[in-house]
Amino acid sequence: MTDSRPVLTMTGISKSFPGVRALHNVDFRLFPGEVHALMGENGAGKSTLIKVLTGVYGIDAGTITLSGEQVAFSGPMQASAAGVSTVYQEVNLCPNLSVAENIFIGREPRRFGAVHWGEVRRRARQLLARLDLDIDVTAPVASYSLAVQQMVAIARAIDVQAQVLILDEPTSSLDAGEVAQLFRIMRQLRDEGIAILFVTHFLDQVYGIADRITVLRNGTLVGEYPTAELPQLALVEKMIGKELDVLEGIEEHSRRDLAALEDGTPFVEVSQLSRKGAVAPFSLTIHAGEVVGLAGLLGSGRTEVARLFFGADRADRGEVAVSGKPAGLRNPVQAIERGIGFCSENRRAEGIIPDLSVRENMILAMQASRGWLRPIPRRRQDELVEQYIKALSIRPANPDVPVRNLSGGNQQKVLLARWLITEPRLLILDEPTRGIDVGAKAEIQKLVAQLSDGGMAVLFISAELEEVLRLSHKVAVMRDREMVAQLSNDDTVDADRVMQTIASGTPREEATR
Amino acid sequence: MSERAKSMLNHRLFWPVAVLVVMLVANTVYRPGFLSIEVNNGHLYGTPIDILRLSAPLILVALGMTLVISTGGIDLSVGSTCAISGAIACLYISRAPDQNNLVTVFTALAMALGVALALGAWNGVLVSVIGIQPIIATLILMVAGRGLAQLVTEGQIITINSGPFRAIGLGHFLTLPLAIFIALGAALLIAGLTRRTALGMIVESVGGNREASRLAGIRSARIVFLVYVVSAACAAIAGFMMTANVSSADGNNTGLWVELDAILAVVIGGTSLAGGRFYLSGTILGALIIQTLTTTVYAMNISPQTALLFKAVVVIAVCLIQAPAFRAKFSRRGRGTPPPPTPSPQRQKEEVPA
Repeated sequence: MTDSRPVLTMTGISKSFPGVRALHNVDFRLFPGEVHALMGENGAGKSTLIKVLTGVYGIDAGTITLSGEQVAFSGPMQASAAGVSTVYQEVNLCPNLSVAENIFIGREPRRFGAVHWGEVRRRARQLLARLDLDIDVTAPVASYSLAVQQMVAIARAIDVQAQVLILDEPTSSLDAGEVAQLFRIMRQLRDEGIAILFVTHFLDQVYGIADRITVLRNGTLVGEYPTAELPQLALVEKMIGKELDVLEGIEEHSRRDLAALEDGTPFVEVSQLSRKGAVAPFSLTIHAGEVVGLAGLLGSGRTEVARLFFGADRADRGEVAVSGKPAGLRNPVQAIERGIGFCSENRRAEGIIPDLSVRENMILAMQASRGWLRPIPRRRQDELVEQYIKALSIRPANPDVPVRNLSGGNQQKVLLARWLITEPRLLILDEPTRGIDVGAKAEIQKLVAQLSDGGMAVLFISAELEEVLRLSHKVAVMRDREMVAQLSNDDTVDADRVMQTIASGTPREEATR
Repeated sequence: MSERAKSMLNHRLFWPVAVLVVMLVANTVYRPGFLSIEVNNGHLYGTPIDILRLSAPLILVALGMTLVISTGGIDLSVGSTCAISGAIACLYISRAPDQNNLVTVFTALAMALGVALALGAWNGVLVSVIGIQPIIATLILMVAGRGLAQLVTEGQIITINSGPFRAIGLGHFLTLPLAIFIALGAALLIAGLTRRTALGMIVESVGGNREASRLAGIRSARIVFLVYVVSAACAAIAGFMMTANVSSADGNNTGLWVELDAILAVVIGGTSLAGGRFYLSGTILGALIIQTLTTTVYAMNISPQTALLFKAVVVIAVCLIQAPAFRAKFSRRGRGTPPPPTPSPQRQKEEVPA
């Protein structure tokens, strides 16, 4: 399979952005008829490599050879005309146009200068038949599931006689059955001789389909390996570049006795707090040094609870007491004054200020609570920022680059730093590890454990049950916008039990209260 | 190219400065006396001084506009605010027994400024509390404000004869026109308020992401409200200058279309209309470029019919030169690279070092 000549060769590729070296001297080969996984943490340079290949970015140095000829595409259109097609993570289709229109948009078959609609539909059906997909091509794309939309995007990509098909995290929004369907199509295309470049965060998928793996780290090439010769553990080590004890260390995070914690004074007590249309009345007490996990399905009201704790939304009724004193928490300013910090799950919309530098993003919350008349002295800013860049190993370690130039995981760390700088007594983390890679995830989990050991209370929300169970002293379970149970996280609680509680709405056996 | 030259070329003020210099040079070539300055009666006179003096109102309006645009908003009502504040000041002075009385003049200015602040607060409430889109919210006052100014002047042009008021536009201080010092003072005040405190960063943060700023504990609505008030205050002072220049208030024409020039100055100065980072020095340069352009049009005896067209062409050129995408295209072509859609492998081999 790989004994032929590579269809695509990239040699010595380098690419820098202001303040960030995204790729440095990277080599990459792709053979016809293989599925090649491109692996690396966030910020390793995977997306940059793809964008360089398809001409979204120019390169600073290096050569790209396609079928023996040196190329430098000026953009994705030109790249796909030359046989390099890309399907992106977020489906890039026009939801209100029909399936057939989406497949042929920009290159509609024409007759007498007008679009030949009959031909468009016929060829769309033909293409989808090749992917074993039998759907109405005149229906709008939005009427189909994400998986089908992904297939339509692939159909669009392979129509142009693709030699190289790039799939950039195509599976992140698909369920298991849909993934299997996608893999079947990928294998079929591979057998037809198409070279497939596959980017994903899911390790089992790599081992399920990839023939070879190329690993990037910090913009440099770690190596290229046949999948069969690279065990999963070795792959993870190569990706994060350090031993795995980070992850294992957290497992040993001392779960101090919940009883001991509850003897201490409660930091926040809410009783019968509710907001119409968001969350039914709930009561919850968080003690200093306690990690409370919120478990539940998407849309179960986890985020809504967090927002009420921070005053991001106003509660309709219910009481809140902070350190034993009644508190309003009607807006974020009041919550911050009482020592509460909140990292939103929506990093882009509610977290970072993309234009501002890493430094400014970090000091923002502290500056806001001081008021604009009392600027933080520059020297103090530099101290704080340097300290947290080091403590959270934020890359690039340059406080003056705009935060939008950082990868997702590093942006998340900047947001964490923003709140840590304010030295909160309760930190609310809403999905702090979503969409970031293994290494950063482990670092953030470790940090949460450390903070709680240091006496900070944490309200931890995650869709990953294991993560919640690993970190929390107490797990509050949400279901249909209602808090159905609070389980003390002892030996009797495991993922199964939490899932059963989510499913049935009643805690099996004894709940803590 | 040396590192230093490169970093100079990449400085965000390089192109505005270059455009201004080119314009001054072109004027000097066309009319050698353009840059000459003479001393007369202890005051400096000459075209450069005129440009500075005449650009003072625009600088003021554009400074306020910079802050508004930085929050992601826009203030179309500044022209009307100029007219209203000028009209109120002139009306009060014209009714006073002694128009040269300093107390009278200062009372007039304070009254007009107070009304302008109220108008700014109106804009601020519409945008920050009620949540109307800035362009619509300020359009209301842009249109209604002209009517308001007409009401104040009762449809007439109010002419006054007040030495102290006239000095705002035409007076001198330390051999230079007083207007220059007023604009400079306002610039220093705003720069100090925003850059010596954390206000500038907070304004940029609100403009960069309003909801994220709120969740970081910034009272975003208050900041948005504030910038419209500041913008109105700047417009009021500019309105005083405009009416003082001609010693009369004309509800219809004072500050007409100044909002467009001000927006242009802000954009030339490098502040994005999408909000976020703002550059006060860039705005001032932008205003100087626009005024120099206007003066050039007059100096070159370009007929009034073609003057606007000429201006438009220059403005388009300035904007294109500033756009990195355009410059990249231009310089690539300049080096003899083939245009992108026809990649011939051979020529590309020449230019990509292996």
